[in-house]
Amino acid sequence: MSMDRRHFLKIAGISSILGFGASIAQATPLTLLTGLDPSQVDKNKEALSAKRWAMVVDMSKFKTEDDFKKVINACHQTHNVPDFRNADGSVNKKDEIKWIWEAPYEKAFPGQDNKYMSEHIKDMPFLVLCNHCDNPPCVRVCPTKATFKLPNGITMQDEHRCIGCRFCMAACPYGSRSFNWRDPRPAIRNENKEYPTRTRGVVEKCTFCTERLAKGKRPVCVEAAPKGGLLFGDLEDPNSEIRKIVTNRYTIRRKSDLGTGPAIYYIVGGGDHA
Amino acid sequence: MKLYDGGKIFIGILVFVAFAAFPFYYNIGKMNARPEPKVDTPAIQEWEKQYGKKECVESKEFMRAEHMQLLNDWRDMVVREDNRGYISNSNHKRFDMSLQNGCMNCHSNKKKFCDECHNYMSVKPYCWDCHIQPKEKEENKS
Repeated sequence: MSMDRRHFLKIAGISSILGFGASIAQATPLTLLTGLDPSQVDKNKEALSAKRWAMVVDMSKFKTEDDFKKVINACHQTHNVPDFRNADGSVNKKDEIKWIWEAPYEKAFPGQDNKYMSEHIKDMPFLVLCNHCDNPPCVRVCPTKATFKLPNGITMQDEHRCIGCRFCMAACPYGSRSFNWRDPRPAIRNENKEYPTRTRGVVEKCTFCTERLAKGKRPVCVEAAPKGGLLFGDLEDPNSEIRKIVTNRYTIRRKSDLGTGPAIYYIVGGGDHA
Repeated sequence: MKLYDGGKIFIGILVFVAFAAFPFYYNIGKMNARPEPKVDTPAIQEWEKQYGKKECVESKEFMRAEHMQLLNDWRDMVVREDNRGYISNSNHKRFDMSLQNGCMNCHSNKKKFCDECHNYMSVKPYCWDCHIQPKEKEENKS
C-alpha cells in the first residue's frame, strides 16, 4: 500500500490529538485518587502543628553516657527499632538499625576539627539523627516517592511504598537511613503494640514522631532528654523558643555546605561542660 | 477414514483429562465451609450495649465490599497527608484512621474476622508483616 505525504500527515495529526486527549483524561487530581471526601477527613484537634519543625541539640546539657542512652532507648523502644547483636553481645554493625545515635565529632562535623581543639569535644559523643533537610537528597532520588516532604518540614517515610532500592541511603550524607537486611521482629525485645514494626527489605529512619505530634505530644527523644538538651519547635515562628535560640546563640549544623538545609541545630560549647 | 494409533491417542487423552481434572475429584466431598467471620468481641459487645447496635466506621454492606479501598485511603491520608481523623458517612461519628489502634481495637479476633474470609478466598494481604496483630488465645478446638 502506498501513502502520499498528505494522507500520512493527516493520520499522524489525528493520532497525536487522541494521544494528548488520553493523557489529559488521566491527569486527575490527587485528592480524587485517595477517594475520601474532604468532609470525611478531620485533623486531630490536639495535634501540634508548625510551618517548619526543627530541633536544637544543646550538647552542654548531655553530661553522662546515661543521658545519651536514655534518649536513644526511648526512641528505639517507642518505634520498635530492632537491636541486632552478635553472638558475643556486641552490636551487629552490618544489620544495625538506628533512628538516633551517637557519633564522634569528626564524623558528625567532618572538616571542622583541628589539631588543637579540646580533647573533650574531640572525644564527646554527639547525638545525631535525620536532619529533616529543606532540600533532602533522599527524596530527590526515591523512585517510588516512598520518602517525601510533609508541608510541616518533616521528611516522611512511607514503608508501604518502599521497594528497598536503597538509593536514599546512598544519597543521604548523614547516614540517617537504615536498611532492614533481615526480618526485624525477632530482634525487637519489647514491642510497642501501638506502633508498627518494619519488614525485611525496607529502609527506615526518624520521622520526628509524626504519630505523637498528631496526638499533641512532642517527640519522645525530646521528653527523654535532660532538661533543655533537645528543643523542638517551629523555626518559622519568630516567637518560638528554638527560633530565639537559633537567632541569639551560635549554632552549627551538620554538613550545611552541601546545601541540604538540615533542620537540626547544635549548640557546642558555651556551657560549663563543652 | 482411518485413524492411525487410535489406541495410543485415546489413552493419551484419557490420561490428560484425568490429570487436568485432578483438582475437581480430589476435592469431591470436601465442601469448603462458608466463611463465617465473627463480630462478637468484648469491645464490640461493649459498643452494642452503649449505642444499642453494632456499627462499624461505615455500613456493613459498604465494609464488606469496600474495606480494602477504605484501608488504602486511610493509609494514604495518614502517612502521606498527615490527617488522622475520619468522619463516618453512615453514622457521622469520628474515628481514628488506624489499623493497629483503630480497627483491631474492636476486631481483636483477627483469626475469626480477617483470616476467615481471606483464607477462603486465598487473599494474602501483607498488613501483618509490619502491623502488630492483637494477641489472641490459641483456640483449643478445630
